[in-house]
Amino acid sequence: MSADHEQHPLFMPLVFVGGLIFGFGLGFSHMAQPEIVLNFLQFEDFGLLFVMGGAAVVTGITFFGIKQVRSTAPFTGTSYARRLKTLDRNVVLGGGIFGVGWGLSGICPGAAYASLGVGNVAILYGIAGMFLGAYVQGYWRSARAKGEAPASTAD
Amino acid sequence: MTATALLAVAFGELFPNGISHYAIGGLLVGLGTVVIYLGTGIAAGASTFLESTLSYVSNLSRFQRYVPSRDWRVVFTLGIVAGAAIYAVTFQSGLVSSSLHQPATTGQLYDVGGLTLWMTEVQPWRLFVGGILIGIGTRVGKGCTSGHGVCGVGSASSASLVGVATFLLIAIGVAQLVQALGVSP
Repeated sequence: MSADHEQHPLFMPLVFVGGLIFGFGLGFSHMAQPEIVLNFLQFEDFGLLFVMGGAAVVTGITFFGIKQVRSTAPFTGTSYARRLKTLDRNVVLGGGIFGVGWGLSGICPGAAYASLGVGNVAILYGIAGMFLGAYVQGYWRSARAKGEAPASTAD
Repeated sequence: MTATALLAVAFGELFPNGISHYAIGGLLVGLGTVVIYLGTGIAAGASTFLESTLSYVSNLSRFQRYVPSRDWRVVFTLGIVAGAAIYAVTFQSGLVSSSLHQPATTGQLYDVGGLTLWMTEVQPWRLFVGGILIGIGTRVGKGCTSGHGVCGVGSASSASLVGVATFLLIAIGVAQLVQALGVSP
């Protein structure tokens, strides 16, 4: 993923339009409301399964189907081949920490950005927390990577 | 009671707010992801934005590795905010209506210049502390609800399936524990 990919004049407009549809969907589904997520996690309303499931079905069919039609993306030349993240301890450790945060607050990154769009100014507490948390782990990991030099962790 | 009626009652208990707006919203979330993927080959997740945006203000190596993608990630996030704002101007404000849409049943609606906006009642400390854990966890765990949940599950990635199972089960436990402790909302 290099910055050259962003040279195509339609790259940024397409990313923006994709974001628009994504954000509208989070608003329409009410997943942008932390209460709806908490109601789901507390087994009071299972509707959220249709948000996450519906989205995964659309991506699943497309990610698989497009490869039968063409091999590279028109705006970047990037291959449609799967680039899978490696399954290691970090996935479980990080997933667990994220789970505690998600269960405590009912927010996640994408839904938090959308929440700002529907007028939820209070979500800025959550977004500020997310930046702080991302900075803290980046600080730790950058310091550790410096300590044990050539070892690099890719994801 | 007939079996059909029993099923209807069970359905009403599982889905007290119906399912149409959830399903339509989910399909749109998937469509937004797919539009970007078809044009660019990029499976866009929402949490990398946190680190890539920090690269504008911090020289830490962990953030600088995202410099090549940081600009489009800002555009993606602005798109998400704007898309949700379009929802607020149209359906939330009543300018557009549909039987498939469900008005908000939680939080509180407030009015600004003729627009109906929505505000959560979840306490700020929960949002802030939860946010910190989300910032750490999504970046250590290589993805969030969109990167693992939507893109990764769509790719049948084993790392993503394990990631989703982990954060979902833990979140259910924590949310129920917090509720049992009497914290609301």
